[in-house]
Amino acid sequence: MRFLPAGHNGLLVELDSQAAVRALYAELRRRAPPGVTEIVPAARTVLLIGSGLDALKAELPGWSLPPVPEDSGPLIEIPVRYDGPDLTEVAALSGLPVTEVIRLHSTATFTVAFCGFVPGFAYLTGLPAALQLPRRRQPRTRVAPGSVGIAGEYSAIYPRATPGGWQLIGHTDVNVWDAARQPPALLMPGTRVRFVAQPA
Amino acid sequence: MISVLKAGPLTLVQDLGRPGYAHLGVPHSGAADRPALIRANRLVGNPDTAAALEITLLGPLLRFNRDARIALSGAHMPATLDGKPLPHDASVMVRATQLLRIGAARAGVRAYLAVAGGIDAAPVLGSRSTDILSGLGPAPLADGQRLNIGTLDEADDRPQPAATLEAEPVLHILPGPRDDWFAAGSLDTLCRQPYTVTPASNRVGVRLDGPVLPRRIVRELPSEGLVLGAVQVPADGKPLVFLADHPVTGGYPVIAVVLPEDIPKVAQARPGSRLRFAPCAGVA
Repeated sequence: MRFLPAGHNGLLVELDSQAAVRALYAELRRRAPPGVTEIVPAARTVLLIGSGLDALKAELPGWSLPPVPEDSGPLIEIPVRYDGPDLTEVAALSGLPVTEVIRLHSTATFTVAFCGFVPGFAYLTGLPAALQLPRRRQPRTRVAPGSVGIAGEYSAIYPRATPGGWQLIGHTDVNVWDAARQPPALLMPGTRVRFVAQPA
Repeated sequence: MISVLKAGPLTLVQDLGRPGYAHLGVPHSGAADRPALIRANRLVGNPDTAAALEITLLGPLLRFNRDARIALSGAHMPATLDGKPLPHDASVMVRATQLLRIGAARAGVRAYLAVAGGIDAAPVLGSRSTDILSGLGPAPLADGQRLNIGTLDEADDRPQPAATLEAEPVLHILPGPRDDWFAAGSLDTLCRQPYTVTPASNRVGVRLDGPVLPRRIVRELPSEGLVLGAVQVPADGKPLVFLADHPVTGGYPVIAVVLPEDIPKVAQARPGSRLRFAPCAGVA
């Protein structure tokens, strides 16, 4: 655990693994330290914003952080039509037939590591190694809402039309973000996701 | 009710933002220059949390359909009420049918028009702020639109001092979290010469042109949480300072963070103007 300063009211806690991030995030949510207004998990860090962070920094290394079991979060199934514009390119880059790309993506169980980019955009870990590819060289200026993409070690669903550089392999009609819903995000840190292939 | 006869290029409803949802990817948002919004609200007896109009560079033309108390703070935009000059940073009574015209900013970027009772728009996740990055909150003002005025019992008339808009403001920074990712002496480079604000600046952040900050560690940084005022350095080595609508996470290293009291200076820095960075007292 490494502490990095992030302004007068921020503290970035850097950890060795995504599992360690998950464990610290879960414990922070459970203890809800007074004065802390935001707890932002990410790939290898948890950002804390608020007051009383010096005291928390002294206390944190003494916390016991029970590992969060991979299968502990709620499981959500998301129907996907695997007809994305980059599907054949992903197959070519990974050296697999399209059917195998679809099989790998739709049999894996993903976990929401963190949210970012835009509200409700969840970074899902659990992408099979064979599908871990770089982003597109040229980002698209508009990615359609509901697009299912992959990039690096993550998969994600675009909640709304935005620019985006991920490889798009499919599309879902599931609405992952609705500001009028409580909570507004369907996919929250810790939630597990399985993609279910639909006939094209 | 207020009729928007001309909206201006970018006039937004803003309050103090929507804290508490960063873990879902929701930016804090809210007024880019918070003290200016608070000042305008206090001048009309609103609580600090009331929503007001954030006016960018050129003001709207508004007709009041009822009597209302108003105040205009922040950037200096010449305004007239039925043709007569409206004082800046003062509480003024507007009568029904009067026409308020707000001109182009002479200094600063963002002015705040508060109306006693607050602007009434549908709150999203507890805030009436428009977030230009994620599209949450009310749409920007449009010609022909009508704005409702709310009712607020609670009042806050504690004085909030007016800000002075400096020609070449100094932004005090705390190093980190990723200053060690930059070549030795990069913090000195950041602080040695002024940077120029580029036109590609908005409520998400202010992009700067000036000395390049080369990286020592060139591998990709896994996305991590961002704070208001973060000085992020993208691949081209030129820093940008994040404002109210900044994304919750980012994948470029942050060399330093601007202190909150200097954020309004960033929010009011005009494209083409210059600003300087300086280390905080007591920080080596």
